[in-house]
Amino acid sequence: MTSELDIFVGNTTLIDEDVYRLWLDGYSVGDAVALRVRSGILEQTGATAAVLQSDTMDHYRTFHMLERLLHAPPKLLHQLIYQIPPSRQALLIERYYAFDEAFVREVLGKKLSKGTKKDLDDISTKTGITLKSCRRQFDNFKRVFKVVEEMRGSLVDNVQQHFLLSDRLARDYAAIVFFANNRFETGKKKLQYLSFGDFAFCAELMIQNWTLGAVDSQVDDMDMDLDKEFLQDLKELKVLVADKDLLDLHKSLVCTALRGKLGVFSEMEANFKNLSRGLVNVATKLTHNKDVRDLFVDLVEKFVEPCRSDHWPLSDVRLFLNQYSASVHSLDGFRHQALWDRYMGTLRGCLLRLYHD
Amino acid sequence: MPGKLKVKIVAGRHLPVMDRASDLTDAFVEVKFGNTTFKTDVYPKSLNPQWNSEWFKFEVDDEDLQDEPLQITVLDHDTYSANDAIGKVYIDIDPLLYSEAATVISGWFPIYDTIHGIRGEINVVVKVDLFNDLNRFRQSSCGVKFFCTTSIPKCYRAVIIHGFVEELVVNEDPEYQWIDRIRTPRASNEARQRLISLMSGELQRKIGLKVLEMRGNAVVGYLQCFDLEGESGLVVRAIGTACTLDKLSSPAAFLPACNSPSKEMKEIPFNEDPNPNTHSSGPSTPLKNQTYSFSPSKSYSRQSSSSDTDLSLTPKTGMGSGSAGKEGGPFKALLRQQTQSALEQREFPFFTLTAFPPGFLVHVGGVVSARSVKLLDRIHNPAFVGIMGNTRSYKLLDWNSFNSDEPETRDAWWAEIRQEIKSHAKALGCHAVVGYSESTSICEEVCILSASGTAAVLNPRFLQDGTVEGCLEQRLEENLPAGCGFCHIPYDELNMPFPAHLTYCYNCRKQKVPDVLFTTIDLPTDATVIGKGCLIQARLCRLKKKAQAEANATAISNLLPFMEYEVHTQLMNKLKLKGMNALFGLRIQITVGENMLMGLASATGVYLAALPTPGGIQIAGKTPNDGSYEQHISHMQKKINDTIAKNKELYEINPPEISEEIIGSPIPEPRQRSRLLRSQSESSDEVTELDLSHGKKDAFVLEIDDTDAMEDVHSLLTDVPPPSGFYSCNTEIMPGINNWTSEIQMFTSVRVIRLSSLNLTNHALNKNFNDLCENLLKSLYFKLRSMIPCCLCHVNFTVSLPEDELIQVTVTAVAITFDKNQALQTTKAHVEKSLQRASTDNEELLQFPLELCSDSLPSHPFPPAKEHLESASSNSGIPAAQRAVTVEKTSPMGEGNFRNRSAAPCANSTVGVVKMTPLSFIPGAKITKYLGIINMFFIRETTSLREEGGVSGFLHAFIAEVFAMVRAHVAALGGNAVVSYIMKQCVFMENPNKNQAQCLINVSGDAVVFARESELEVVSTQQPAANCQPACTGGEVTT
Repeated sequence: MTSELDIFVGNTTLIDEDVYRLWLDGYSVGDAVALRVRSGILEQTGATAAVLQSDTMDHYRTFHMLERLLHAPPKLLHQLIYQIPPSRQALLIERYYAFDEAFVREVLGKKLSKGTKKDLDDISTKTGITLKSCRRQFDNFKRVFKVVEEMRGSLVDNVQQHFLLSDRLARDYAAIVFFANNRFETGKKKLQYLSFGDFAFCAELMIQNWTLGAVDSQVDDMDMDLDKEFLQDLKELKVLVADKDLLDLHKSLVCTALRGKLGVFSEMEANFKNLSRGLVNVATKLTHNKDVRDLFVDLVEKFVEPCRSDHWPLSDVRLFLNQYSASVHSLDGFRHQALWDRYMGTLRGCLLRLYHD
Repeated sequence: MPGKLKVKIVAGRHLPVMDRASDLTDAFVEVKFGNTTFKTDVYPKSLNPQWNSEWFKFEVDDEDLQDEPLQITVLDHDTYSANDAIGKVYIDIDPLLYSEAATVISGWFPIYDTIHGIRGEINVVVKVDLFNDLNRFRQSSCGVKFFCTTSIPKCYRAVIIHGFVEELVVNEDPEYQWIDRIRTPRASNEARQRLISLMSGELQRKIGLKVLEMRGNAVVGYLQCFDLEGESGLVVRAIGTACTLDKLSSPAAFLPACNSPSKEMKEIPFNEDPNPNTHSSGPSTPLKNQTYSFSPSKSYSRQSSSSDTDLSLTPKTGMGSGSAGKEGGPFKALLRQQTQSALEQREFPFFTLTAFPPGFLVHVGGVVSARSVKLLDRIHNPAFVGIMGNTRSYKLLDWNSFNSDEPETRDAWWAEIRQEIKSHAKALGCHAVVGYSESTSICEEVCILSASGTAAVLNPRFLQDGTVEGCLEQRLEENLPAGCGFCHIPYDELNMPFPAHLTYCYNCRKQKVPDVLFTTIDLPTDATVIGKGCLIQARLCRLKKKAQAEANATAISNLLPFMEYEVHTQLMNKLKLKGMNALFGLRIQITVGENMLMGLASATGVYLAALPTPGGIQIAGKTPNDGSYEQHISHMQKKINDTIAKNKELYEINPPEISEEIIGSPIPEPRQRSRLLRSQSESSDEVTELDLSHGKKDAFVLEIDDTDAMEDVHSLLTDVPPPSGFYSCNTEIMPGINNWTSEIQMFTSVRVIRLSSLNLTNHALNKNFNDLCENLLKSLYFKLRSMIPCCLCHVNFTVSLPEDELIQVTVTAVAITFDKNQALQTTKAHVEKSLQRASTDNEELLQFPLELCSDSLPSHPFPPAKEHLESASSNSGIPAAQRAVTVEKTSPMGEGNFRNRSAAPCANSTVGVVKMTPLSFIPGAKITKYLGIINMFFIRETTSLREEGGVSGFLHAFIAEVFAMVRAHVAALGGNAVVSYIMKQCVFMENPNKNQAQCLINVSGDAVVFARESELEVVSTQQPAANCQPACTGGEVTT
């Protein structure tokens, strides 16, 4: 006796959260059944393994059929085929678009192309996340990217509107899309200590201050691309390190203000010119795409690492950066105060977030 | 031109991409009704077109309005090649044809394609302007309401229950026409869908005409089925119960009847029926039976008299009751004689209802069933009689001469079976059959026709012309001890149709009752039940040799009696094992396959307080000398006894101990006897009646004389009870549970197994089948575990044998969560009550409120009587007339409430929730309006089975789509639920080698608007909850 066909269809579609999780995690039906058995469900319910198998198959089939709709969540809300309570719909969508930290770190800033997709095998082996799950997460990134790519308006709002995600998740996707679009390098060994949260934080600051949308909310792509004009203008900051007098003046202003307040004062004093040169050079190079991509590598190399090697505490980094940014306003010969603030305001936030072990 | 149909195509959404190049679609819509077609403009390059068309107007006969579906086809415009069809929507406009139902159909409908399934949605508005046509020779029957519900619908009351209506139409199946070889599967499927839609429209119209002839205005318990006879054609047949219903919200119809017996009202029956000598003349219409017309004023005087049985008065009205103690014998005969004559004039005194207005059902005799094996190939002529004018495309195929005999042949087959049922009922001393249903099972050219029902004695009050006096019921109920009257035997004790063991009723101790009662109806609301009920199934397979034509039919005919016997024995044993004594909702399905017959009987077992306690099961070995064998036997015996004890505990069956002295007659030894009369006939000739009882032998001794018998006993014990927190039944409600929450989940589950071995034995087959059903149930319990405590209600199993080695089981049921704490309390109270009732003769005590009511009603004004009623509610002995009073009060408000709601779904853009349930009610809610019948037929086919997820994926998606289309139609009618939903057919065929599969599904139900009880309470000062509890709903229907 073999079961040819075995289905269960409810007027309200039954969703089992546990099975949904297993499905999202990319387990095969067999593995999922084994995992469920291990969870002790048989003992709790008095069911048999055959019942569990049939139940799991059924849920998997349902999820498989729902997947098409999950690709465009508003469709899930308006479709007539599956009657699902709104709270369950929200749960289905939110879980489907959720991603693993380990996975997102691997693809963050990479081009969401076929080439990257081919590397998913390696990512799967490296992270221990099933290939199926990797594919789903990758496809989610790509799908969201494609939809919001050329859209007007706030990136987060667009993601939220077209994918009906929670605010938190929509922000994460905005960061992922932003990183993918600008292809920021995040995979270098130096950057391994950074979490997705760190990058997402930086992305949000950059979207708010460095994109076209920061100055004009009526343009296409406003949150996706960095403001080219702004990047061009950043060259003007060169004077801060190129003009020796200006540099010295800047240094003395910062040192005067921080004397006695900084635990690492002497190290700061010794390193000031290097650090300043590093931060300003990062700005001036941003006209080249290549250097934009290396932004985080540069920030870590030029600022985070030197400070870390001198064992600056975070509070000292904060004091220094505040003073470093503010002192420029007292430099009489420097005319690009607004530009400096737009640049340094964001950079300071990013650096503070990036500065940890 | 008696009608104008107006259609507007508003918009589409989620259309499929039809143009690969642009990833878009140039969609337009064809709207077709009858021979007229309109088209919208092409809306270019969009998956969400906004046509916003003008109103397309069709001027048509109302006959066509009833028969034809509105056909909407969405197409993709193609400049260079033929336009591609995206899909279709068929809309049955019948609900617009009677004033009380929907006024407009408006909403999003899934666009359905038989190959691709649902492909987007279309927004359509449909209206009908009907002109009154007083042509008495008209062919249409607009205005007759149809209900699938097998009880009087909740917001109506039955004025008269006229009786049985049936009709069938036959046509050639498009699938088997020569043209099918050259047309695409899509065209073939669509031809079939359209034909069946037409045929069911026509069928409904014809039944409507019969109802009008009987002067009724509604069909209740309408059941329409298809027989796919293959080469020999396609039969659509329907049965139902014609009624005259009154909407409860119209106070004029109600108040005079019960509260102020005005002269004018009373006169009506006489005016309409002036001919008093019906007995001899035999009037032409079955309705005119003057014998039972009586003056309401007379009855009034009578009902205000004391509760003493006054036989000199009662026989005149013919509706007193057969339970008046000592005089019972002769009186019963009189009653039977009189009611019989009322019903005898009907060809078939059958009722498809399973629940009845209080007082309607007097006695229940037992299950009657008849089966007949027919050969289909003997009739081989296409018939176009049914759908003249609509068969243009099929006329071509008329290579044979017209043969109008065919419908008659089918009619004759059924008439023969019905005749048999009628005679069985008669043998049980009953003049009517209730809970009546018909079914077929077809395999190749062999067809088994089955009919079954419950023989019963009915109160003729509801069956006659004129206003029924509700107040009379009090009289009736005074005489009939509440909750046990229906158990009393209707047949003559000295002249029993079969050997039966009778005892005095354990409730009233006056009348005789059988020790076991089998019925096909729902548990009467006033029945006293101890503990809870449970689903009981008997499952059976029998191998048969493959044979052709008559040899095959003969083989089947020979097997049938044995199957019925065994199914019956199994039911009886399982019932005993559960410690119960009655079965309700019994449905025995015999399915025929190439090489086997399957029998599946489902019923809900209960313990009726009026019936004696069932005895245990004794096991006896054939060879008593063997020591070890003895030991084994005694071990088995112990297991059985343990199981019975465990079940009694599980289902809370703890009947009160009754000493013999009180009973006044010795407690009988348990004996098996059968309420089941059945017979087979092959091609109609001989009627064999088989005595299913075991004669003098003590039936509950199971003899173990061979291994098979041993296995049978084992299999008895392997039925696992549902996990704790779960109950199941196949009736509407579960006795002992009455505090349902509003959480319901209707579902359909389908399983197909392939039998592995070639040398199957009956035994292995039985085991496979048994496992299949048990595992299916186990899976359901597991799936629905989040709803605990919960009850699976209306569990409906269907078995089919699609191929040689395949068994398909389809289950539809509804899971309802209940409140556990309350449940326990009420059960306890219930038990206590019955305890009380049984231990002390407190009939007078029970009667007290009744008498008070009857006295107070005529003299007192309205409100006090109502108050009184509320205090007495939930008890079974309330005079129905008074109950009706309270219900009546809610209705106008309910109506008002509906108006508020009906606008809401239209305004709402998001998808509204539509509940579906096989029950006739929605827990915790009140049905405020019936919008019309939903009767839909779909075919789905695929040539890429693997790509669609195999057979499971294919069928899963299809059933989900069918649900969606039902919901969409209900929502478009302005409704928010389907009640009495049933999946009548689910025919699945696969050919995995060709990567193909096909499935046909037929579903029906009643579209309704319901309002949550909590919402209603805001406006009403009604008694809480009780009003909508099924236990009390019967009251709405009376007067």
